[in-house]
Amino acid sequence: MKTYTYTEKKDTRSGFGAGLAELGRTNPNVVALCADLIGSLKMNEFIDENPERFFQVGIAEANMMGIAAGLTIGGKIPFTGTFANFSTGRVYDQIRQSIAYSGKNVKICASHAGLTLGEDGATHQILEDIGLMKMLPGMVVINPCDYNQTKAATIAIAEHDGPVYLRFGRPSVPIFTPADQKFEIGKAIRFTEGTDVTIVATGHLVWEALEASKALNEEGISAEVINIHTIKPLDDKAILDSVSKTGCIVTAEEHNYLGGLGESVARVLAQHRPTPQEFVATNDTFGESGTPAQLMDKYGLNSDAVQKAVKKVLKRK
Amino acid sequence: MPNIQQLEDLTTQVRRDILRMVHKVNSGHPGGSLGCAEFFVSLYKEIMERNEGFDMDGKGEDLFFLSNGHISPVFYSVLARSGYFPVNELNTFRLIDSRLQGHPTTHEGLPGVRIASGSLGQGMSVAIGAAQAKKLNNDSHIVYSLHGDGELQEGQNWEAIMYASAKKVDNLISTIDLNKQQIDGSTDDVLPMGSIKAKFEAFGWTVLDIEKGNNIEAILNGMAEAKSLTGKGKPVCVLLHTVMGNGVDFMMHTHAWHGKAPNDDQLAVGLAQNAETLGDY
Repeated sequence: MKTYTYTEKKDTRSGFGAGLAELGRTNPNVVALCADLIGSLKMNEFIDENPERFFQVGIAEANMMGIAAGLTIGGKIPFTGTFANFSTGRVYDQIRQSIAYSGKNVKICASHAGLTLGEDGATHQILEDIGLMKMLPGMVVINPCDYNQTKAATIAIAEHDGPVYLRFGRPSVPIFTPADQKFEIGKAIRFTEGTDVTIVATGHLVWEALEASKALNEEGISAEVINIHTIKPLDDKAILDSVSKTGCIVTAEEHNYLGGLGESVARVLAQHRPTPQEFVATNDTFGESGTPAQLMDKYGLNSDAVQKAVKKVLKRK
Repeated sequence: MPNIQQLEDLTTQVRRDILRMVHKVNSGHPGGSLGCAEFFVSLYKEIMERNEGFDMDGKGEDLFFLSNGHISPVFYSVLARSGYFPVNELNTFRLIDSRLQGHPTTHEGLPGVRIASGSLGQGMSVAIGAAQAKKLNNDSHIVYSLHGDGELQEGQNWEAIMYASAKKVDNLISTIDLNKQQIDGSTDDVLPMGSIKAKFEAFGWTVLDIEKGNNIEAILNGMAEAKSLTGKGKPVCVLLHTVMGNGVDFMMHTHAWHGKAPNDDQLAVGLAQNAETLGDY
């Protein structure tokens, strides 16, 4: 079995910052907006190099989304930056009407998604954003898994003509994907080949899934780990191909099981190949204060939780 | 000098369009549409510098954003009669498979429309973004926007108003349709807003009034003055004092026709007060 290791940990938001900075150098149409969270979003490098292409909007996210929509009229490619909570739920109607329904080429870049924001607690930890955004017609939804993938995704979405929701996080996590990767929107990545169970993971849960597959392998369970970085459009074929071999699946995400990756996968399976599925996700709950590791443990979003879900789903085959 | 009579004739025809559009489908918003007919005609025929045809990016021309999208009838009529799409298409207003949705949208590709509006309070932010894009593109043209006075109750406006002056968005002229009516009654009854002029001024805008907001000459003079005030470091607000339902006597000075269509008899009365000038669609 192929195993993955890492030598460095970094936050995915820094991958966004690095990708944005590179876009600043290569694409003169890229502009950036922020609602008073420059440091948290790691936008400094872009701003230092392109001050005339940066718009500090202040603590006014609704206005930021509208301005971003307006900037596209004239050929700009706006990247908005704030926390995931303030990038989605707070401004849902602005995104819906002025961006999605209007078909505007805005990239909504959302940091501090999920529980791993940590100590700030539930007011800031959104676990509903994937669902909110994937329901908007035409919206692409991406949740990369490490620094390198986030950087590559940031660069790739500038080439996509249409609205995108890019979700990433706060804590330092292992870097295990290559620095020189080419990011393909909507294309799943198979990290390990396996025959007993498919594990489909997104965001921070991809590393946890790989850790789980290592432990399961030692117990003689062969897991196929697939990284779905693009929740919409979903790579249906990669999922169906894998479960046709393994016959069962676990989905893993830092999100409510309602509205998340797991539900999208369940829809594909229900339509094309009904398959036993278990969900590693939060169970229709808000988060709370704590360290990221404590929270991921308490809410069942780590390697242990993935292993348990695998054992449960294997019994249902 | 513009030919005022021609503009007035077009306005009369636009009023007929509005009445016939909402009557046909027994839905839509005639009151605010009628109140802004002179403004739209003046804007599209005289005030704005527009390129031939329609290009979404609108580089090298003035742009207009309608924030209070429910007055789509007047917007559609003037767009059609300014050559953006066939006048006959007004026949499809609010019908299934039409590009003329109840509220304006880019979704069906209707030329002349650059943003969806209808959910209120969003248009000023969009207009600001488009104005800032013009500055980045070294395009010296103006961005115009129109907002209802009741619409100013939406908080996003005040984020936008604060931002526009702070960032010196001085290529923007936002007009407020000051008809003092909204769905549930007069703005003073629903939610008194005090002095809108003082509020905009306190937020750092240059504000001017067009007291006769249904008089074409007054509009042309006022908007020319507004344009002369652009490029001076401040966004410009025009308070357009209008009469809701203007030009159809029983629809005037009341909120009753905000979102109600005339019946057959009422249509006949309204059309009789606005004799055909340029030909019905």
